[in-house]
Amino acid sequence: MSRVAAFLTRRRGGKGWHWTDVFIWVWLIGGLLVMFGPAVWLTLSSFKTPQQLAEFPPTLMPYSTKEVMVEGYDKPLGLFTVTLPDGSTKVMAEVRRIGIVAQLVDPEAPGEIVKVNIADRQPVREMRFATENFTEPFEHFDFMQYLKNSVFVTVVATLITLLTNSMAAFALSKYQFRGRNVVLLLIVGTLMVPLSVLLVPLYSVISAVGLFDSLWGVILPTVATPTGVFLLRQYMLTIPDELIDAARMDHASEWQIYWRIILPLAAPAMAVLAIFSVVWRWNDFLWPLVVLSRKELYTLQVGLSTYAGELNVQWHFILAMTVVTMIPVVLVFIFLQRYITAGIAGSGLK
Amino acid sequence: MGRITLTNIDRAYGKLKILHGINLDIEDGELLVLVGPSGCGKSTLLRLIAGLDQPTAGKLEIAGRDVTKVSAAERGLAMVFQSYALYPHMTVRQNLAFGLQNARMPKAEIDERIAEAARMLEIADYLDRRPGQLSGGQRQRVAIGRAVVRNPTAFLLDEPLSNLDAELRISTRAEIAALHERLATTMVYVTHDQVEAMTLADRIVVMRAGRIEQVGRPLDLYNEPANLFVAGFIGAPRMNLLPGKVKAASSSSVTVAGPGGLDLTVAADGSKLKPGDDATVGIRPHDMTIGDTKAASVEAKVTLIEALGPETVAHAQTAEGQKMVAVLSGQRLDADNATVRMLFDPDRAHLFDAEGLRVGKAAS
Repeated sequence: MSRVAAFLTRRRGGKGWHWTDVFIWVWLIGGLLVMFGPAVWLTLSSFKTPQQLAEFPPTLMPYSTKEVMVEGYDKPLGLFTVTLPDGSTKVMAEVRRIGIVAQLVDPEAPGEIVKVNIADRQPVREMRFATENFTEPFEHFDFMQYLKNSVFVTVVATLITLLTNSMAAFALSKYQFRGRNVVLLLIVGTLMVPLSVLLVPLYSVISAVGLFDSLWGVILPTVATPTGVFLLRQYMLTIPDELIDAARMDHASEWQIYWRIILPLAAPAMAVLAIFSVVWRWNDFLWPLVVLSRKELYTLQVGLSTYAGELNVQWHFILAMTVVTMIPVVLVFIFLQRYITAGIAGSGLK
Repeated sequence: MGRITLTNIDRAYGKLKILHGINLDIEDGELLVLVGPSGCGKSTLLRLIAGLDQPTAGKLEIAGRDVTKVSAAERGLAMVFQSYALYPHMTVRQNLAFGLQNARMPKAEIDERIAEAARMLEIADYLDRRPGQLSGGQRQRVAIGRAVVRNPTAFLLDEPLSNLDAELRISTRAEIAALHERLATTMVYVTHDQVEAMTLADRIVVMRAGRIEQVGRPLDLYNEPANLFVAGFIGAPRMNLLPGKVKAASSSSVTVAGPGGLDLTVAADGSKLKPGDDATVGIRPHDMTIGDTKAASVEAKVTLIEALGPETVAHAQTAEGQKMVAVLSGQRLDADNATVRMLFDPDRAHLFDAEGLRVGKAAS
């Protein structure tokens, strides 16, 4: 701990503050707020009730009106601090609200109803996490189905991506053939073509081969990634050719060289690509939205958009489910970031 | 059995020709060393024999079978690489077993072979370690072990000692010699170190720029180098090569004049030489002494003395600026900075003609 403290309080100016010390702190704290702020805001907001989400000015923490059971009423009533006409204040439960007039009762004496202008009452608030935002989509919507579809798409697409990309990378890094660099350039060149340009032709291809409205139609067009081929090729270039020569002397077939020598040795780069692929496929929205039209095939990201209807947007569900969909990606980054940085540095990819 | 025959082997990369018509006959059970400066094509030649590379022309036979177009795996050879090329993700045992598994050998036999090789090479203690956990010398043994378990028709070794430190290199060299003795299998050994070549080889092939300069037993190469290149390459310190002019030549003797007052008559067949031709006289540093006789000597000023204990290396320069090295027995510090006469036995001098080819002994 003392070393952490020493590290944090270390200053260029020695005892005093050099202007760069101030600048660095401001810069880092500012960066933290810019990067981390929205995520924190999203997570906290996902615990807010719809009423509170619509409230202005917004609050950081999720609050809700305190409620009590009052004799004679079936549902719990919200508590308010009321300024009575005589100027005294009192905590009362609101029975109903008609226009700008609220009808309140004293919880101690539920028989008598007092009518007050809504401007004269303030809700009594307590911090409360609206966990029903999370539980309800699981109970009443097809969230589990979306989750299943998303997991299937992500896992299968990642496996196929790893297999095909590593094969292409192996050929492009370890075989000498005419036009090798042209092929590599073509593959890397496709990085310059954005999905929005490909959307229509890709759609006609998928539809022509009968993969429309199927999860395979989501998976197959995404598995050949130029980034993956390039990343793996750069890594495989660092595997010494002598190992392959040795394997050839050892009676290994080309497939065995790939499967038993190249793949295990390229594991760090494969891990990086696997992480990338999981994040890409998990977060995919546009392409699944185009391909899938039946609701039971929706992936999470597409499913989330169904909470935003034409007339009303169920923000509390959207926020909560966005948090849920973020969890796997966050976990991947927390536990595997070591591989990501090592792999990116190792392959010279930025 | 392990006889390897190369006929008119060429290898070119585009227009760049690496090997020019190599003809070589490697006897069964022989330890043949390919030696030459870097870039001379010796490693390429080894890769051609291994089947890791294809010749652009020529024929290659192993044990009487034409294998020019046969793949590396089918040639029945085993190779030890300069970097050892051990599979880093496998244990030593898996490294040894990999080739045997690929050849679909029964598991019991694989275990037996590994056990035997491990005993022979003393690597049994670390069969379950990975190459990364081994020292350089241990990796070297594993690399050799991987070749041995295959029970190959011939071993190909590509500079196997160049990554070891000096001490380990000497002991491993002796082990390779012992291994060859024991297995009696053909070995082709590539090195740029002429000491390795001299100590290990049954025969040495000296290569330069894709051509074979001379093939012969180590001492034959040392005693009768066929040309200036071999003369300079074999032997350390390298032979003194003194440029001179032919003064007189006959079929039984040649007289050459050179720097430092050299006036030498050697018993050589000079029938193809005529007075005034360029010629080179080669004298090995170990064949020189310091004295004051006039015959067969070169006058030079000693510029540097390296006293090694049992012998003294004297660097000298003649009045014409020709540098010379002499290895004198004993401790001769007195010679420093002195102008001395370096004597040698005319019978131990080598004579080369203007093309750099050896002028043969007089037919007597």
